[in-house]
Amino acid sequence: MAKSNFNIDRAKTHILMKEKSVANLLPSEDGLYLNEDGHWDFDKWREQFQIKIVKRNSLEMEFDLIGIQAAIVNAFRRILLSDVPSMAFEKVLIYNNTSIIQDEVLAHRLGLIPLKADARQFEYRQPDDENGTDVDTLKYKLKVKCSWNKNASPSAPLSEQQVNTNVYSSQIKWLPMGSQSNVYKPDDVNPIHHDILIAKMVPGQEMDIELHAIKGIGRDHAKFSPVATAFYRLLPEITLLRDVEDDLAYKLQKCFSPGVIGLQKTKSGNVKAYVSDARYDTCSRNVFRHEDLKDAVQLERVKHHFIFTIESVGALPPDVLFIEAVRTLKNDCLDLLQKMKNMKKSGKKKKNN
Amino acid sequence: MALTKSIAELAGDKKSDEKARTFVLENHGHTLGNALRSIVMGYPEVDFCGYSVPHPAENKMHFRIQTKGPKATDILQRGLEDLVKVCDAIEEQFKGEMESFQASNL
Repeated sequence: MAKSNFNIDRAKTHILMKEKSVANLLPSEDGLYLNEDGHWDFDKWREQFQIKIVKRNSLEMEFDLIGIQAAIVNAFRRILLSDVPSMAFEKVLIYNNTSIIQDEVLAHRLGLIPLKADARQFEYRQPDDENGTDVDTLKYKLKVKCSWNKNASPSAPLSEQQVNTNVYSSQIKWLPMGSQSNVYKPDDVNPIHHDILIAKMVPGQEMDIELHAIKGIGRDHAKFSPVATAFYRLLPEITLLRDVEDDLAYKLQKCFSPGVIGLQKTKSGNVKAYVSDARYDTCSRNVFRHEDLKDAVQLERVKHHFIFTIESVGALPPDVLFIEAVRTLKNDCLDLLQKMKNMKKSGKKKKNN
Repeated sequence: MALTKSIAELAGDKKSDEKARTFVLENHGHTLGNALRSIVMGYPEVDFCGYSVPHPAENKMHFRIQTKGPKATDILQRGLEDLVKVCDAIEEQFKGEMESFQASNL
């Protein structure tokens, strides 16, 4: 039987996941981007730092950040969730609402509808501003009345005898302010999804609503968050410590996520298990429940290898959002540096006086 | 709405030359605190570096630096400058990788 290769050197780059515990979780920063005396060094870090993009479409992307502190990766995640701005309905002016859904519930529902508008092209609206201008506000109206359809035959199903029983997000109409109509097309600012059910009505009920969308950040309200979610996890690594064959091989395969353990025929006609792709394992550690398998595998995670996933709400593609997050952190630092300079200056002035 | 962020020094370190300081960062939290800490901890001149959010309802973060000799403010400045460099490097690399990813997936 092969021995586990987990030793001090490996502990620098790997975390060992045991049956009931996780070994060497210390936030050690060693090994990867330190200079000769064991201190952090930008050039050294830059040399070994890698990004690998694994998949990307307009809504979702997955990429690897390799050789970086968890604190910085976590900062990007936190910024994506709560500091990158997006546009959402903030003021809902209800002129009439006779549907059974209450004004405040309706206003909340409307607020959560994601808009296609690009927040980078807008300014923050001043808190005491009631009307807004074309640089900080998008105005919409939702005017719907439910009525009987006089053309429908009496034998038609009820849904066809009524008009506007369902109010959908596609019925929200954009009202361009100032020069907005020259800059944007309705599709640039309208709700991303046209089939969001806002309310149900019966004939005689109506709603007449004006909506103001403004720029905001997720820390203020989750509706301003530009991502559905953003998260990271460490790359799993699985090592087989001995040959696992036949029935045990099938059993081993079932202990992991689909595609993680592969099976191959050996020369002697047996079926042998091998690790095909550990990346998408959920790290459930199911395998440790089986006495006959628990000594056959070593489960680890690679330190400083982060699999970062961003799921965008849809206003901006995920790669643009990540760059926005990086710039937000950078601008926060630059802002503080500027303020420190000012602090030094004012301190010197005091001394001179 | 954008919040104004500011920085100040906490009183009580006047005796330590300028080697130890606690900075109070208004409207900052764990996001910047931990990231900056992870950078500053790696400097050879730094004896101690830590941050805390003293109360969750107050938008304040305390950031403490104790050094072996240099001024704490200089170390903080270097930390921020290095974090800016790290952000620039990540953005540059990310953009490059995106370009080659899109070129290979046409």
